[in-house]
Amino acid sequence: MASIETPPTALSAGAVVPDTPAAPGGRRGSARRHWVGWFFIFPFLVVFLAFLVAPLVYAAYLSLYTKGLATGTTFAGIDNYKRAFTDPSFLHGLWFVLKFSLVVIPLQVLVALAAALLLDEIAGRLARVARLVIFLPYAIPVVLGSLMWGFLYSPSFGPIEQISTLFNVQAPFLLSQGNIFYGLLNVVTWQWAGYYMIIIYAALQGIDTSIYEAARTDGATARQIAFRIKIPLITPAMALILVFALIGTLQFFVEPKVLGPIANGTVTPDFTPNIYAVTLALQYAQFNYASAISFSLGFVVFVAVAIFMFVTRKRGSLFT
Amino acid sequence: MRFKTTLSVVAPVVLALGLAACSGSDDGGSSGSTAAKPTNCTNKIVKEDAPRVLVWAWYPNMAKVVDNFNNQHTDVQVCWTNAGQGQDEYSKFQTAVSAKKGAPDVVMLEGDQLVGFEIQDALVDLVPYGANDVKKNFSEGAWKDVSQGDKVYAAPIDGGPMALIYRTDVFAKYGITKPPATWAEYAADAAKVKAAGGPPFGDFASNVPAVTTALMIQKGATPFQYDLSDKQNIGIKVDDQATKDVLNYWADLSTKKQIGKEDQFTTDYVAGMVGGKYATYVSAAWAPGYLTGAGVGNGSSKGKFAVAPLPQWDAASPVSVNWGGSAFAVTSQASDKAAAAKVALGLYADEASLTDGWKTQTIFPLNQTVLKSDDFVNAKVDFFSGQTANKDIYIPAENAYKGAVYSPFTVYYYAQLQAQIVKLNAGQTTGDKAATDLQAALVAYAKTQGFTIK
Repeated sequence: MASIETPPTALSAGAVVPDTPAAPGGRRGSARRHWVGWFFIFPFLVVFLAFLVAPLVYAAYLSLYTKGLATGTTFAGIDNYKRAFTDPSFLHGLWFVLKFSLVVIPLQVLVALAAALLLDEIAGRLARVARLVIFLPYAIPVVLGSLMWGFLYSPSFGPIEQISTLFNVQAPFLLSQGNIFYGLLNVVTWQWAGYYMIIIYAALQGIDTSIYEAARTDGATARQIAFRIKIPLITPAMALILVFALIGTLQFFVEPKVLGPIANGTVTPDFTPNIYAVTLALQYAQFNYASAISFSLGFVVFVAVAIFMFVTRKRGSLFT
Repeated sequence: MRFKTTLSVVAPVVLALGLAACSGSDDGGSSGSTAAKPTNCTNKIVKEDAPRVLVWAWYPNMAKVVDNFNNQHTDVQVCWTNAGQGQDEYSKFQTAVSAKKGAPDVVMLEGDQLVGFEIQDALVDLVPYGANDVKKNFSEGAWKDVSQGDKVYAAPIDGGPMALIYRTDVFAKYGITKPPATWAEYAADAAKVKAAGGPPFGDFASNVPAVTTALMIQKGATPFQYDLSDKQNIGIKVDDQATKDVLNYWADLSTKKQIGKEDQFTTDYVAGMVGGKYATYVSAAWAPGYLTGAGVGNGSSKGKFAVAPLPQWDAASPVSVNWGGSAFAVTSQASDKAAAAKVALGLYADEASLTDGWKTQTIFPLNQTVLKSDDFVNAKVDFFSGQTANKDIYIPAENAYKGAVYSPFTVYYYAQLQAQIVKLNAGQTTGDKAATDLQAALVAYAKTQGFTIK
């Protein structure tokens, strides 16, 4: 999945800036505080402008032109965008990641929620070890995780194959055209559920335990506490991870890219919108159209997140 | 609280130091007084003060080839990097061409990639740098493949005449006494082995679209008509009967599970080759070298391989086709084009390198001196258990090869063909429909690129 480390950074930047406006104190003090504020965000700001804003502006500029092998570069206006939203390759990829989001996000959030609720109930060394073990897949770089699964899925070397041979049956190849959806589902859930579990677990730790005591005094069972108290109280955290998961999954890239070479061609150059954009740019030399595809994907992600936040606006207080 | 304060002060400092370190090393890299000398060479530079030419290439014996060149030259030195094999390298080169910086001085390209870079003005005409002096070393066809009119864009190194590599142990076990001479016999043998519970007879891999293209051409297809002097016009014909027949033929074998549909060059595929999972391998003359490098032909699979001429559609009028084979081109980003051309024309052109190349079967040399030498002609090839494969199979195939015309968007064409092969293997399309869809996709693409369809 694409990096979801970026959103928290952007949020923290947003948190810093509002602090800087002048407090009602003396003018000199406020100016100095202002300067100090800029000093501290300066390193971040340089990186932010150089590696995020500038490339975005440049890509937006590129997306307004078109370059043909035989014709050279010409101004295209919004033609590239019109082409993107009628391009079957882009639309297929988009449809795939939307379908994938609808399945993978609920799945990994459920796994994470179940694990977090269980870990919140038990204490002691076992809980600490279990927490670490569930979190561990997230600590493995996505590329390495995907390579590892590539080995596990391998029809010549993988354990799935070897176990099936024992029972004399043909192992399913989890990266074949019919199975790759599930093959990827497994890899992504394995990789990310632990991360979401930690976020939910942290939110659960933040709940005042006296509430549980009060509930127990009133005769609530553990299950009732979990469903009536814990889950409602951690909805902001849930909303947060759903947004992360949605953004990440719509930008699905690393796992199919890494597993592609052993998937017998199932991972086509337009498998997901991000893979399509990279193929366009780096293999077909269509940087202009690739920029337009990237912005179109960004637009779709933006709309999807906006819809999600609109739907959940009453429940989660995080984004209001 | 105290801890927090320390952290927030330290963090920017560390970051600033990190940035300083980055820019510092950057300066170090380009502080040379003249134009930046490539320093990140895989090989040893023999003559330190000679100008360096940065070369991208992936021949398995490249280290030896580069050392041979550098030991024999004092006026120029090769600085070699392996930037990936095939498409991996082309992607990097394409990006460098688009960025107008970052390309090597000399780049290894397969014949089917040349025109795609020529049209972008990424390659330099080598005629002013003495290309015609080495013309006599090559056959007319080989020279034509690297030329456009009077211009020569690369120095040919190796070709890829195709043949049928097969497993003698599998053939013996399933009672196939002689290798199939026609595709009809090939299909019959495949059915026979399958019926006897044998392994897949071959492989219809999606990731080697160049092979499928060669087989289409063998049946009489002419996928592209293109000439750089008529830059805007292109002829595309991939929905002819020959293409449909070839796609139908392989899709039929594959859906009947008589052949495999695994991608080639993967670890799984190589393991299958070692373990006798495939009875035949339709491939080029350079394949044994790559297979040997991957561990095939040693240990349990030693002495199990032999080679036969490529099966024909019509045994009475055989057609010879080619897969791969590469050339060295000078890029237009090269700062010292004369030095770069000297490398392109001289690298892998010395006798020691060529001999090492053909003896390890990593190249099928195009240099006529080698092609006609007794050593080469009569060589008993180890991989094929002492068969005189050059004399019997590969030299006749190379001599009969007529050359091919490629499109300026080979990468796109291969990607589309690959997608169709995946569908064919999954039984989701027919050869006829695949050819029609392919034609439509290519025509649409050519139009977006500003070409006029002839």
